[in-house]
Amino acid sequence: MLAALTLVSGVLAVTTRQIFRAAIFLLFSLIGIAGLYFWMQYDFIAAVQIVVYVGGITVLIIFSIFLTQQAGELLPKQKIGRQIFSALAVFCGFALTMLQLFQHSFKPTAGQPVLPIVANIGDRMLGVAEDGFALPFEVVSMLLLAALIGCIVIALRSKPATS
Amino acid sequence: MMEPGLNHILVISAALFFIGVFGFFTRRNLVTMLMSVELVLNSVNLNFIAFNKYVWPNKMDGLFFAIFVIAIAAAEAAVAIAIIINLYRSHHSIDVENAEEMKF
Repeated sequence: MLAALTLVSGVLAVTTRQIFRAAIFLLFSLIGIAGLYFWMQYDFIAAVQIVVYVGGITVLIIFSIFLTQQAGELLPKQKIGRQIFSALAVFCGFALTMLQLFQHSFKPTAGQPVLPIVANIGDRMLGVAEDGFALPFEVVSMLLLAALIGCIVIALRSKPATS
Repeated sequence: MMEPGLNHILVISAALFFIGVFGFFTRRNLVTMLMSVELVLNSVNLNFIAFNKYVWPNKMDGLFFAIFVIAIAAAEAAVAIAIIINLYRSHHSIDVENAEEMKF
């Protein structure tokens, strides 16, 4: 059910010709993925998914649609040859992946399962022990800072130099 | 009706990945291409979480990779939208065919 929601709205998001509807279908697809995370009992990831993707990125995309697109304008029709070729390539890739997937069997490792609750996640994320993730955490925070500054520098250049 | 397991999640995420790739191939609008990339990144996250749950339940590495991928995807989307808006200011269009000054 959740998978059907995710996949159907994903297909509609990449094939509909109204760009705003594409954004709404993308929203539903992301909600479906968050539901899959809830179903796998990874509550923290599901919450992050909803906050970051559904709340953040989709709103950002919708705002950029409003800023760059005339309302109600249809996207131009794609060339049918390009669509056929890309559908063919995508189908071949999918078939190859499925073939690999069903030939391989995954064996779960034994061991005490770690519950993915927030306390464990916090301990591991800021841990400096052997299995801690403090260094990648810092690297990602530096990356986010650089991305924010880069966004401001790119988007707020008010006067073009050549005019 | 068998219990859904790792293979089912992997089938879903592969399908979502190739839906995103199809959108990336066919779309010619930068915002919709960005949406396709978001679909691809989400399928990768789904893969990480599924492997973490079903194959290595005693570790949390997949979960942390998913978190970092989400953070990097957010940064990427923000930078991409800044570039798109800047491109729209200078070209009044965000089709990739119209932005070909840097094409070799």
